[in-house]
Amino acid sequence: MSGNGPGADSPGPPRPPNNDPWPPVSTRPARRRRVVLADPQHPVTVVRTIVEIQEQTSVGEVLVRNLVRAQFRLAIGLSVAVSVLLVGLPLAYFLSPEFARLTVFGVRLSWLLLGVVPFPLLFGAGYWFNRLAERNERDFVNMVES
Amino acid sequence: MDLNPWAIATIAVVAAVTFYLGFHSSRLANTTPDFLLARRLVRSRRNAAALAGDYLSASSFLGIAGLIMQSGVDALWYSVGCVAGYLALLLFVAAPLRRSGAYTLPDFAEIRLGSMGLRRLCTAFTVFLVAFYLLPQLQGAGLTLATVMPVPSWLGEAVVVVLVTINVLGGGMRAVTVVQAFQYWVKLFAIAAPTFVLIAVIAQGNVPSTSVSAPPMFSRDTTVSVHTTVELSAGAPVRVRAHGTVDDAAVDGTTFFWPANTSHTVDAGTTLDFPAGTVVPVVTGEARDNGPWLTPESGGTTGLLGTYSMLIALCLGAMGLPHVLVRFYTNPSGRSARRSTLHVLLLLGLFYLFPTILGAMSRLYVPELLVTGQTNASILLLPQKLLPGAAGQILGAILVAGAFTAFLSTSSGLLTAVAGVLSTDLLPGRVRDFRWATVLSCLVPMALAIVLPAENLALTIGLAFTLAASTFGPVLLAGIWWRGLTWVGAAAGIVVGGGLVIAALVLNVISQFTGRWAPPLLVQPALITVPTAFLVVFLVSKATARHRPRDVNRLLLRMHAPDTLGFFQDRDGTEPDSGPDPGDRPNLANGKHSRST
Repeated sequence: MSGNGPGADSPGPPRPPNNDPWPPVSTRPARRRRVVLADPQHPVTVVRTIVEIQEQTSVGEVLVRNLVRAQFRLAIGLSVAVSVLLVGLPLAYFLSPEFARLTVFGVRLSWLLLGVVPFPLLFGAGYWFNRLAERNERDFVNMVES
Repeated sequence: MDLNPWAIATIAVVAAVTFYLGFHSSRLANTTPDFLLARRLVRSRRNAAALAGDYLSASSFLGIAGLIMQSGVDALWYSVGCVAGYLALLLFVAAPLRRSGAYTLPDFAEIRLGSMGLRRLCTAFTVFLVAFYLLPQLQGAGLTLATVMPVPSWLGEAVVVVLVTINVLGGGMRAVTVVQAFQYWVKLFAIAAPTFVLIAVIAQGNVPSTSVSAPPMFSRDTTVSVHTTVELSAGAPVRVRAHGTVDDAAVDGTTFFWPANTSHTVDAGTTLDFPAGTVVPVVTGEARDNGPWLTPESGGTTGLLGTYSMLIALCLGAMGLPHVLVRFYTNPSGRSARRSTLHVLLLLGLFYLFPTILGAMSRLYVPELLVTGQTNASILLLPQKLLPGAAGQILGAILVAGAFTAFLSTSSGLLTAVAGVLSTDLLPGRVRDFRWATVLSCLVPMALAIVLPAENLALTIGLAFTLAASTFGPVLLAGIWWRGLTWVGAAAGIVVGGGLVIAALVLNVISQFTGRWAPPLLVQPALITVPTAFLVVFLVSKATARHRPRDVNRLLLRMHAPDTLGFFQDRDGTEPDSGPDPGDRPNLANGKHSRST
C-alpha cells in the first residue's frame, strides 16, 4: 500500500489542505507536542533494555523468545483443553448411544450440550486467555523496566 | 409466493437506516485511512459488534436453522464451530496480527516473508475466496425476497448489490463499521424476538399438534412444488398425487402409493399433493424419522468423520477469511484487538442460541420443506404456519428483515475487504481506486450469482471456510508463531491446500451429475486438506531454510511485544497507539467519532 496521497510526488500547484484526501506529512498542520526534557520515570536501564531488544542482541533475543514461547504455550494449552471437549463429545456420542439418547428434564441432553453449553464455555476460555496473556505481557514489561 | 406487505416495509426500513447511517458516517470519511481502516480508532466494543455483524452471514441466519431442520442435532456443530473459530482467532491471531501492521493477508505475507510473488498469490486467492463467499450471500438475498414477494430472484440480488455498493463507495471502512455494528443488533433482535413470541404461542397450545416421537407428518392437505430435481424416500408408506414427472414418467394427476423405504425421483417442475396425516418423504440421505434426527452421531463412522472435518474447517477457517482479517486493523492496538475479539465471542454465543430453536420448530411445523430440501427458507415461513394472519406476517417480516440485514452486512464486509485488496495491490491505492475496485468486485459475483444454481447456504459457506482453512490458516499460524517459515513454504501450502479443496469441489460437482459416487469426505474435505497444507508448509519451509527472512526476530518482536513498549509501527504515518485504551480517548466521547483528530 502506498502511504502517499495522489500526486504527493508530482510537481504542481499546492492544493488547499482541506481538499487533499491524505496530505503528505510535511503539509499536515503540526500537532501540538508536549516536550519532555527529562522523564524521571524512565531510568537509563530501561532505555538500554529496550535498545537491546530492538537491536536484537543476544539478551534481547532471549527476552523476546521467552515471551513468544510463554504466549504460545498459553494459547496451545487452552486450545488443547477446548479441543479435548470438542473432539471428545462426538466420540462419546459415537461410542455410547445410551449417552446420546439421555434425556434431562424432558429435553435431550445432547441438544443442551451442543446448543447451549459450548458458548459460555468458549467465552470463558477466551476470557481466561485474555487475562493470562495480558499478565504475560505485563510481566515482560516489568522485566524490561526493572 | 404470497405477498407479505409487512416484509416490504421492514426491508425498506432496514435499507433506509443502513443508507442513512452509511451516508452520515460517509461525510466524516474523506481520507484514505478512513476508507481502508476507519482511521484505526474504532472502540473495542463497537468494533466487536461490527465484527459480529460482519461474521453472521446469511448462512448463520438462515442456513444453520435449515440444516438443523434437515439433519438434526449434528448440525449444531456448525454453530459451535463458527464460535470456536473465533476463539482460535483470539488465541493465536488477534493481537499479533494487529501489531504486525498488516491490513490484509497479502500484506501480512509481504511484511512477514518479504516476497512480492507470494503477495500476488495471496491476492489472487483472496479475490477467489471472496467471490466464493459473496456468491451464496447474493443468491440467499434473491431467495429471501422471492419468499415474501412475487419478484424474480435476481432482483433481490441486485437490490443488495446496489445498497452495499453505495455504502462502501460512500464511506469505505468507516461507514461500514458503523453500519455493521448497527446490523449486528438488528440481526439479534430479528432472530430473538420471533423466537420468544413463537415459543409463547406454542406454550399456549393453539397450534397443530405434532410430536417428536413420530416421523414428520403433514398436519393438513399440502401441495409442494418441486423446483429442482430431488430423490425422495420415506420410512412409511406415502400416498401422493402428482402433476409432472415422477420416476422418469410423465404423470398428470395420477395418485401414487410409495411403499416404505423406497426411493423415487421427482423432476423439477412437478407438483405433489399430500393428504393430511401423510408421513413426509425427505430428500434421500437426510434424517427421515425424528429418532436419528434427535440423536447425535447416528450416522456411523462417516458421520463422525464428517463432524470432525467440519469442525476443523470452521475452527481454522475463520482466521483466514478476508473480511474478518481486515476488521482487525481497525483496532487501535493489539490489546484492544484481543478485547474486541473476546467481546465477539459473547455476541456470537448469544446469537447462535436462536437458530437452534427455530430450526427444531421448523422441523415440526413446516415439514413440507423437507420434500424439496430447500430448507434455507424454513424460518421465514415458520411464523405464518404457527400464527396465521397479521401477527404471523409481522413476525415473518421481522425475520426477513434480519435475513436481509445479514446479506447486507456480510456482503459489505466482503466488498470492503476485496476492494481494499484490489485497490492497494493492483491500483495505486487512492480513494478513487478504492471506488473503482468496489464497483468491479461487486459486478462479477453478481453476474455469477444469476448464472449459477443455488445450494444450501450453510454448506456453501462451509466450503469457503474449508478453502480458507486449507490456505491462509496454516500460513497465518506459522507466520505468527514459527521462525522457520519461508515464502516458498507458504506459497506451496497455499497452492497445495487450495488446489486440493478445488479438486474436491470439482470432483463433487462431477459426481453429482454422474450418479453421486463421491464419498462424504469429498463434500467436506477439510479433514485431509488442512493437515496436508500444514505438512506442506512445514516440510517445504524446512527444505528452503536459506530463504528465511533475515529480520525474522525483529518481526516476531513487533508482533508479540506488548503495545506499551511501542515496537509496532503502522505504515501510513499515524502514530502507534501505545497510550491508554481508546475507550477513554477524549475525541471518542459518547462513542462518536469526532472530526478533529
